[in-house]
Amino acid sequence: MDRAFRLLVGGAAFLVLFAPVVLLADVLVDGMGYISGHFFTNYASRFPERAGIRAPLLGTLWTLGLTGILSIPVSVGAAVYLEEYAPRTRVSRMIQANIANLAGIPSIVYGILGLALFVQALDLGRSVLAGALTLSILIMPVIILEAQEALRSVPPGLREGAYALGASRWQVVRHQVLPLALPGILSGSVRALSRAAGEAAPLLMIGVLSFIAFTPESPGDPFTVLPIQVFTWVSRPREEFQGLAAAAIIVLLGLIFAMNVLAIVIRNRLRPRA
Amino acid sequence: MAGLLGLCAGISALVTVGIVLILLSETVAFFSQVSLWEYLTETRWTPLFQEKHFGILPLLTGSVLVTVGAGIVALPAGLLTAIFLSEYAGPGLRAALKPVLEVLAGIPTVAYGYFALTFVTPLLRSFLPGTGIFNAASAALVVGVMILPMVSSLSEDALRAVPQRLREGAYALGANRMEVTTRVVVPAGLSGVLASFVLALSRAFGETMVVSIAAGNSPRLTLNPLDTIQTLTAYIVQVTQGGITSGSLAYRTLFAVGTTLFVFTLGMNLLGQWIRTRFRGGAS
Repeated sequence: MDRAFRLLVGGAAFLVLFAPVVLLADVLVDGMGYISGHFFTNYASRFPERAGIRAPLLGTLWTLGLTGILSIPVSVGAAVYLEEYAPRTRVSRMIQANIANLAGIPSIVYGILGLALFVQALDLGRSVLAGALTLSILIMPVIILEAQEALRSVPPGLREGAYALGASRWQVVRHQVLPLALPGILSGSVRALSRAAGEAAPLLMIGVLSFIAFTPESPGDPFTVLPIQVFTWVSRPREEFQGLAAAAIIVLLGLIFAMNVLAIVIRNRLRPRA
Repeated sequence: MAGLLGLCAGISALVTVGIVLILLSETVAFFSQVSLWEYLTETRWTPLFQEKHFGILPLLTGSVLVTVGAGIVALPAGLLTAIFLSEYAGPGLRAALKPVLEVLAGIPTVAYGYFALTFVTPLLRSFLPGTGIFNAASAALVVGVMILPMVSSLSEDALRAVPQRLREGAYALGANRMEVTTRVVVPAGLSGVLASFVLALSRAFGETMVVSIAAGNSPRLTLNPLDTIQTLTAYIVQVTQGGITSGSLAYRTLFAVGTTLFVFTLGMNLLGQWIRTRFRGGAS
């Protein structure tokens, strides 16, 4: 009985890890043949043999860069406030609960907010900026929670020592807490950005199109991203477009995997030896 | 400095207020044109057709169908995996598998959607010939696979948090590992496990790309998982694909459906948090 149970739980764990392997194999088999030099340099096309991901790849990089610039400083500021400054009052507890809840809202709801607020009220149109703002509010709760964890892992003794030497609260944060928490914060931010890289739903909401035959040159330009290109290709009946979708998924997975590796490297390499 | 940092924290509160205000204002405008009674009881959803009906039930059953199906796949398998990681795997294996779960949770949803449409659906159709090219079952299976890492990871946290002395006490009474796991550890960690279930189901309910790609776009009041359906989220995507003018009734359906989605997922998240805090430490 005990042995059978061991087999059962082990088997379940194996399946959990095995299912994504099947997914990866499926995508690789379907898509590898479509990856070539011109797949990266060509724009989208009606003719599958000529279609490429130049616009969505550069669009994804643009969007991620801008999203990082917009979301990381504000999120880290919020985390520092909540961990180091905020008195443990009802208000700060409410903000904390609110952040936890925000992280659980479906991403498409953020898209509705982006559509009404950034595209229409602020009249930013279907621009990189509107997309980056939408993704920023989506991943801010994630970065805040990660940054808070990093700040919490800084030993309290360091703060107390600095206070004992007469440092102000900001000096303690600036010179003692932030340097130690930085690897954790950066690593969490990169992971949050890798999540933004795979998001399609909120950007579909703000009207990002897939047929874009140019690359963005400023935050005000229209753009498209890899997940949306995948969605468009996968929705077409012709088999070649399914192959192109798989190829774009491979590139997207490669990008996300690289970002996750970067996050791990940051966490391990920059970790101060205490 | 404190003021500036406080402002950053305040922005997160503003986002929530913004979401609620925007959803509510357009939803109120929607219900000034369509009665709440029709929305809740009408069994057809055809806002983009000539003959318009505004019954949310077909979309709601679509979302529920996918969520229940995903739960059937993910909850038992997720709990068993959590048990394996927490109670059976050695520390080395666990340390290796935990980051793998994190990476799996980061696979983009369009990739799962592609997998559902091009791999799982043809497989289902070879067993069950009546299955539609777009069907709820394929989407539900794949959404289940998608939320599995989340269930496993959160449930494992809950089981690991069970104090070691409870296990030791049970072993001292002569229980074997299975008995310790099923009679002591899982009951003691049950609140965390249930909370992880609810949170994962909420995630499945709000999942958008997999259902848009694989479950179809025909709102239908059905409980047959092999039918083509439409979920709340897939409808929202469908509307935005059409290019609609802001202020029109079609535009407002987006917010009414979005509010419905928001209310359900927020309710499930709050329920999950309540379960976790309500029963926390009950066993220790």
